Amino acid sequence: MIDLLKGKVWKFGDSIDTDVISPTKYLSLPLEEMKNHALEPVNSHFAQEVQPGDIIVGGRNFGCGSSREQAVMVLKALHIGAVVAESFARIFFRNSIAQGLPIMICPQVSQHFEDGDKVELDIEAATMKKIHQDEIIKGIPLSKDMLNILAKGGILALLK
Amino acid sequence: MGMTIAEKILAKASGRDKVKPGEFVTANIDVAMCHEWLERGVADGLRKAGVKKVWDSSKAVCLLDHYVPAPTVETAEIHKKIRKDVIDFGLQRYLGETEGVCHQVMVEKGYVLPGRLIVATDSHTTTYGALGAGGAGIGSSEMAYVLATGQLWFRVPETIKFETSGEIPSMVMSKDIILYIAGKYTAEVAQYKSVEYVGPTVERLSVESRMTMSNMSAEIGAKFGFFETDEKTVNYLKDITNQKLVPIEADADAIYEHTYHIQVGNLEPQVAIPYYVDNVKPISELEEVKINQAVLGSCTNGRIEDLKVAASILKGRMVHPNVRLLIIPASKTVYKKALENGLLNIFLDSNAIICNPSCGPCFGQHMGQLASGEICVASINRNFKGRMGSEEAKVYLASPATVAASAIEGKISDPRKYV
Repeated sequence: MIDLLKGKVWKFGDSIDTDVISPTKYLSLPLEEMKNHALEPVNSHFAQEVQPGDIIVGGRNFGCGSSREQAVMVLKALHIGAVVAESFARIFFRNSIAQGLPIMICPQVSQHFEDGDKVELDIEAATMKKIHQDEIIKGIPLSKDMLNILAKGGILALLK
Repeated sequence: MGMTIAEKILAKASGRDKVKPGEFVTANIDVAMCHEWLERGVADGLRKAGVKKVWDSSKAVCLLDHYVPAPTVETAEIHKKIRKDVIDFGLQRYLGETEGVCHQVMVEKGYVLPGRLIVATDSHTTTYGALGAGGAGIGSSEMAYVLATGQLWFRVPETIKFETSGEIPSMVMSKDIILYIAGKYTAEVAQYKSVEYVGPTVERLSVESRMTMSNMSAEIGAKFGFFETDEKTVNYLKDITNQKLVPIEADADAIYEHTYHIQVGNLEPQVAIPYYVDNVKPISELEEVKINQAVLGSCTNGRIEDLKVAASILKGRMVHPNVRLLIIPASKTVYKKALENGLLNIFLDSNAIICNPSCGPCFGQHMGQLASGEICVASINRNFKGRMGSEEAKVYLASPATVAASAIEGKISDPRKYV
């Protein structure tokens, strides 16, 4: 079971690449310092102001670029609740599941949600809505295997 | 109904007769490769999960290429840890820091064979598709899982096909074809899909030129970027390995999600403008772009064929006084061939800087970084903001021929006049 997620939306545009999510020049730093620079090139105060449980909303091709898992690790280290985007780059999508960071493809997400919206996200049902509003926006459900990895907290938990 | 190359490889690796797009399979991995990322999550993952040894030490390759020799104390510490990790976890196929860029070395050492399923902690693992191998990039946690179990889940991807025709013009290279594809169809055209490049144009391309297109398949979102195994593939691999080769090609009645037709007869050299790989223009439509640096190298375009084209342009000419030209052979083998063929003398005489085989400045943590306001034209694969140093610098992507011509003229220049 994956809990219902509630948080505030941080909205980003199309083609947010891994070099923007976890900038190269900070990659040699420990994660606890690296996370303070997450998404810095496109939003310099994001890492300082984001709250645990907040939800990132992205446009198309979110996470394109390198295979660096730090792009997911920094978001996890900031206790992001989930990433929802119109579409994802393949490796970022896999890394997110591998790290146990809830993720959802939702082609209409940018149309329906704005920065600062308080939202409720059900990863298993693949639905998202604004708190206190009725309109439910549907995403694309994850497979059973992916949900199982997320529920366990990541792929390495399967080894135990 | 027949199968595409991706479907055949995933069916074989998961012990099934047949798979279909959208299905999830658990596949056995033929080879797994890690570079510096071994110490950026993989080894820690293994330790946390209590794994003592890799599943099969003959199938787990590790080498250092992203920042060799180490430019900082931090990166030196990472290398030091890796040298211990490979002993602790029994990664017997450790190749050290002298061989070159991982994907080129994996091919040269015979790990990449048609029909194999190979994963690596690097997005450009798609390069192996040029030799009919299913190469896919994965992250650190998944790599830890693979090193522990030898297996990984895959979604069987839909396959799209690029059907190419026409004679490729002189000084226009396979890099120009793949940049054109990215520009015309976007960086998402192959998102989570397998790509097959077919048709008379790519049949005439050398294996090295095909590797450039398979490599850049990652930049159009692809999971795999395949060419069918033909006589050229077999001849290329005969010099590398004694292993029996089983050619792989798609069935005639395989199902494709879409087929795109590409005519290259009038193709111009192409340039990807920062900060997106699919922001592409033919060189005749590019406004004047003065450059401070030119880079020839990387897993995309650092092979002997690339160096030969650049040398043919640079021979008897000088690099523009305002430009630094960095030449980075993709591997020690390429370096030696360039030495034997006299290419290095041509580069030195033109006042280029020859660097050791490695990822070089491409990844932005080693040599050749850009200052604010500087502009670079490079034969690499990405032009993201901050990719090669300052966030206020710009990287334009182009073919080795365009890089060489630009280095001479001090601005991004059409190589066709050097035919």
